[in-house]
Amino acid sequence: MSDAFITRTEIDGDADGPLDDQRIAVKDNISTDGTRTTCGSAMLAEYVPPYDATVIERLKRAGATIVGKTNMDEFGMGTTTESSHFGPTTNPIDEERVPGGSSGGSAAAVAAGEADLALGTDTGGSVRCPAAFCGVVGIKPTYGLVSRYGLVAYANSLEQVGPLAPTVEKAAELLDVIAGPDERDATTRSEGADTNYASAADCDIDGTTIGVLTDLVDGADERVAAVFEERIAELEERGAEIREIELDSLAHAVRAYYVIAMSEASSNLARFDGVRYGISGGFDGDWNDAFARAREAGFGSEVKRRVLLGTYALSAGYHDKYYEKAQDTRAWIKQEFDAAFEQADVLASPTMPVLPPKLGESLEEPLQHYLMDANTVPVNLADLPAISVPAGTADGLPVGAQFVGPAFGERAVIRAASALE
Amino acid sequence: MSDASVDPATVAHVADLARVDLDEDEAEAFAAQFADVLDYFETLDEVPEIDTEPELVNVLRTDEARESLSQDEALRNAPETEDGYFEGPPVG
Repeated sequence: MSDAFITRTEIDGDADGPLDDQRIAVKDNISTDGTRTTCGSAMLAEYVPPYDATVIERLKRAGATIVGKTNMDEFGMGTTTESSHFGPTTNPIDEERVPGGSSGGSAAAVAAGEADLALGTDTGGSVRCPAAFCGVVGIKPTYGLVSRYGLVAYANSLEQVGPLAPTVEKAAELLDVIAGPDERDATTRSEGADTNYASAADCDIDGTTIGVLTDLVDGADERVAAVFEERIAELEERGAEIREIELDSLAHAVRAYYVIAMSEASSNLARFDGVRYGISGGFDGDWNDAFARAREAGFGSEVKRRVLLGTYALSAGYHDKYYEKAQDTRAWIKQEFDAAFEQADVLASPTMPVLPPKLGESLEEPLQHYLMDANTVPVNLADLPAISVPAGTADGLPVGAQFVGPAFGERAVIRAASALE
Repeated sequence: MSDASVDPATVAHVADLARVDLDEDEAEAFAAQFADVLDYFETLDEVPEIDTEPELVNVLRTDEARESLSQDEALRNAPETEDGYFEGPPVG
């Protein structure tokens, strides 16, 4: 049995629709009515949601069959799927290596053919990273394009649900199904209504200006950079105009991302008190004693680390130093991206600066683990759409290329990625 | 350089604020890791102050009763319930 799934299911669609006969794997932080939704955590190992997330309702209405809930880093906190309470998922391309994360189970299920399509969630790269490491396509939509109702929150100002698929066109078709405003998520926007992203996968790159984010190429492993540069040169031969773009703000993106994500996590995960759901902390002492015991038992190390660091960053005396400066950085990155889109239609970089690490290899130093997110987090901070598309291999391992678009510019990144496919 | 000195007692204090019990080994390991991470965060100081005017749109709706979870559904995942209520430790 595959280690991509935490729970196998067979939830049939309600109607005939564009996803008839499609087997879909769903990341286990997306609520499914009557099917347990664990977030890869001991805290929610027995949690069975009493309602469907909006994206699940939309999948069912489109005729999809949900074949399982996929493994993930606990509450989405990780880049390798190794922090799951249920154990790691292996990369179908090379079983000694991680599939990436945090949506590693969703990417592995698609790469191994155990699902036709999958949903993941992307807070700092969690759809694009596993897509790159497993050799599939993954899209992080513009913030507000897809409803987060029923998604168990980790860092709600950064995250979006996104599709994973074997091809750009199939990923775009799934995005067409899940995109669109939802009255139950006040951050959704009307731009997502009645989309036809699949029609943008026409492979036409002639006349497109691609801005190469040189800071993110220079920071990458040279084997990864070589594959990326070769493919960009090929697009230039096919009529794309290539420009080099430097953004000074990107050097601070990982710092700002982790301050904001950890701060939001410390607040969002306060709900896990072991009273309404989760592991009970018992009845000795007062409420605070019981909560603290429930959370010791229910959370793994990485979750504790992020909740504590977030609590620290928001605490009196440190809020201005960390959180305020991280918000400045976020605004700076947005401004620099806006300026870059005056010179280019899409921006490009390697999705991940490294090849997929071996299992266990990246766990010892949390900070080194966080640095793997350098190329993916800027997009979440700037609320922009991005896609990861397979670009080739280095040493037999998949390399992904990332295209970033302006807000609600999904068609531009889908078109560029389809040309590279 | 960094003024982020983090000892196990600081970690224990933050853990208390966050309502997470930690054993001693964990607090010690976290102290070293937190020092690394906070030291890395240090250069956020170099970031210029940015003035922004976020586009804000009023998304309030009228406050009308609508369908919600039943009491049974809301209690279904609770570890302990009594007479239709969540059960927790004594107050005070």
